Amino acid sequence: MTRSVTDHESSASPGPQPGVTQLTVSAEDRRVAWLATAAVGLSLIDAAIPSPLPGVKPGLANIVTLVVLMRYGWGTAVWVSVLRVLAGSLLLGHFLAPGFFLSLTGTTLSLLTLGLAMHLPRRWFGPVTLSVFAAFAHIGGQLLLARAWLIPHDGVFLLTPLFAAAALVFGTINGMIAAKLLAESSEDPPCPKPSASP
Amino acid sequence: MKPWLALLQPGDWLVVLGGALLVGLSIPMFWQGGLADRAIIRQEGKVFAEVDLRTKRQLEVSGPLGVTLIAVEPGRARVVSDPGPRQYCVRQGWLMRPGEIAICAPNRVSLQIAGRTRVYDSISY
Repeated sequence: MTRSVTDHESSASPGPQPGVTQLTVSAEDRRVAWLATAAVGLSLIDAAIPSPLPGVKPGLANIVTLVVLMRYGWGTAVWVSVLRVLAGSLLLGHFLAPGFFLSLTGTTLSLLTLGLAMHLPRRWFGPVTLSVFAAFAHIGGQLLLARAWLIPHDGVFLLTPLFAAAALVFGTINGMIAAKLLAESSEDPPCPKPSASP
Repeated sequence: MKPWLALLQPGDWLVVLGGALLVGLSIPMFWQGGLADRAIIRQEGKVFAEVDLRTKRQLEVSGPLGVTLIAVEPGRARVVSDPGPRQYCVRQGWLMRPGEIAICAPNRVSLQIAGRTRVYDSISY
């Protein structure tokens, strides 16, 4: 995402010295950073919500992923999600712990699913569809990884109905929130947030 | 609630209903035989004891080689020790699903988990 520029004059900063590799930050980078920050914030809230069963979480950060997917496309959604998983795990202290890999697998699978599901006709299938698909893919990926690596016993799949039910409920709710946000932001003039430079 | 429901497109309803169907189908698929509620311990093929899986207790079953120790806990049971040479039944660990069975063949002791409904371990036609 970040390009290295050697002989390209950027408008904001003074020109790079010859031979010095300088990183310029594009508007796209800023936008990804802002959106990833929002997603990380939501995943922190997610982690703070007590859950009756480890693994059952609302997955609020997926709202951001959905909105990004619908507005900026799949590539940006991948960036925002991957940054969210990395930064979120660093903040929560489970970077490279089992929870991180579960999260990464779930996110990867749901991004791939989203990549396919986003080509469904928009007139018929809205963010709720995408959200439900992503939620099922997420939990499916996590269950498979857990079975293959963490708990090598078919007993893990006993939890499938509970996880699937949670995925359906939270997937639907998150999708509706994303749909609401998208509907509201399309009424207003384009959101000015990313343009303000810090 | 009304404005929220307006956010769902026709296809969304289909997907949500399909998801609900999938969840409904997954329950009999993964919870076949209901929850484990009894442990049946057999010695020489005869039922030695039928223990409710709600209490915590230990049983000693004596066979031709010696004593097989069985532990029962809420929702699960296992063979703790067995005089058999290969220890297969001990290494199986906790049994918690209906139909699961640990057989200590040398000592002729078996421990089986049972649920409300009978589960077949194989079906032939």
